Amino acid sequence: MGWTRKDLLSMRELDASEITLLVDTAASLQEIASRDIKKVPALRGKTVVNLFYEASTRTRTSFEIAGKWLSADVINFSASGSSTSKGESFIDTAKNIAAMSPDVVVVRHSSAGAADLLARELPCSIVNAGDGAHEHPTQALLDLLTIREKKGHFEGLHVAIVGDIAHSRVARSDIHGMRKLGMTVTVAGPPTLIPPYVQELGAKVSYRLEDAIGDVDVIMMLRLQQERMRSGLIPSTREYAHYWGLTLDKLARHARPDVLIMHPGPVNRGIELSPEVADGPYSVILDQVSRGVAVRMGVLLLLAGRRSGEAA
Amino acid sequence: MSSPAPRHREKAQVLDETALDRALTRIAHEILERNGGAKDLAFVGLRTRGVSLAHRLAAKIAHIDGTTLPVGTLDITLYRDDLGMRGTPVIRGTDIPFSIKDKTVILVDDVLFTGRTIRAALDAIIDLGRPTAIQLACLIDRGHRELPIRPDYIGKNLPTSRRESVAVRLREHDGEDRVVIEEPEEA
Repeated sequence: MGWTRKDLLSMRELDASEITLLVDTAASLQEIASRDIKKVPALRGKTVVNLFYEASTRTRTSFEIAGKWLSADVINFSASGSSTSKGESFIDTAKNIAAMSPDVVVVRHSSAGAADLLARELPCSIVNAGDGAHEHPTQALLDLLTIREKKGHFEGLHVAIVGDIAHSRVARSDIHGMRKLGMTVTVAGPPTLIPPYVQELGAKVSYRLEDAIGDVDVIMMLRLQQERMRSGLIPSTREYAHYWGLTLDKLARHARPDVLIMHPGPVNRGIELSPEVADGPYSVILDQVSRGVAVRMGVLLLLAGRRSGEAA
Repeated sequence: MSSPAPRHREKAQVLDETALDRALTRIAHEILERNGGAKDLAFVGLRTRGVSLAHRLAAKIAHIDGTTLPVGTLDITLYRDDLGMRGTPVIRGTDIPFSIKDKTVILVDDVLFTGRTIRAALDAIIDLGRPTAIQLACLIDRGHRELPIRPDYIGKNLPTSRRESVAVRLREHDGEDRVVIEEPEEA
């Protein structure tokens, strides 16, 4: 099985063998992080542009480090302080950047479909680093790599994804990826934050945290975005934290002793996760971040290392 | 996807099991002779069959000299000069669980051909630290070098034409110990 795609836009479009190839490639690249000289020449002479229209710390830094460790030239563009503030449209900005012949453009945008649009319009490879509430495939891949490193396999594992499912691109990408690899997914959250289509994606639904975390191998907690409260989807942050916040006490009473606690970041301490859980022995949140660099190295390498002239 | 690889048929056997083992025994003795013993030596095998050969050489040196030398695994995919020309790069990982600083590294590969793989391996090793010296051991030297690279230890010199290929079959991977020359089927 080889890699033939020009772009990485979603987990939905990938099949299980492509996901496994990405995870395997990332796993083999992890060793580079432990070297004294963290640089290999694989992408020497390639150019990667980070085109970020939304705030990001982890993802942008992670792609930048990944590109640099592979010896690519990495250029960061952020919408603030750019020609966007002079009124240039998204697609015009992207076409101007493409005119400077980058090999890969990594894009984050608040609108679903932004990465697909660029993939159609630009000749270079596009990586979706998050588009609205649609998908965030590299986050799902690093979640999968972390799970496999900790649990040893995928098949038969049960994952609970807890929180604001409706607005979460991470949840959608995770559900697609996990289902394709033979895992069971239960989503849990207040009814206003569970989208109606979630069962069509193959996920089970629970409306009580204590039920959802009962017999699972992994608990993925999602960030509560404060703007959900202002839009009336939840009554108050305190009420959310009371019913949906994960504490050591709830873990001890309901979860399995070998459960993994994951979170895509940034964490709202004291809301969805108590600090004792976020920093506790079950938590692999910082492992996720470390593996994110390996995953993004793998993605850049497979996209830029496609056979020259190979059809998309 | 890539076009199907042309089928090959066996043209001649170059080494049988006994001859292959004798060649490795001789190389093990030459390594000890050249370096005045096994002190500060380390093996690094190139994936895939170079790793098996490195383990066999280390076992022979343990038998002859009583010294157990470390053996590392090197994947040079990230150092190749032909990324994007051979289809999907397959990364299987480098695993060298010891410091190569101030060691004499014996680099082991099965077949030496153009020398491009060894060029990549030299860069990869030097990125991991500064060895005292790097020496090269190859089971088969089939000629056609494209770079100024010369092995220190050779199992067998084997003049070949470019259209032929040399297959090193090892017990660990192929269930037998044998080296054969193959040529494309349609010829």
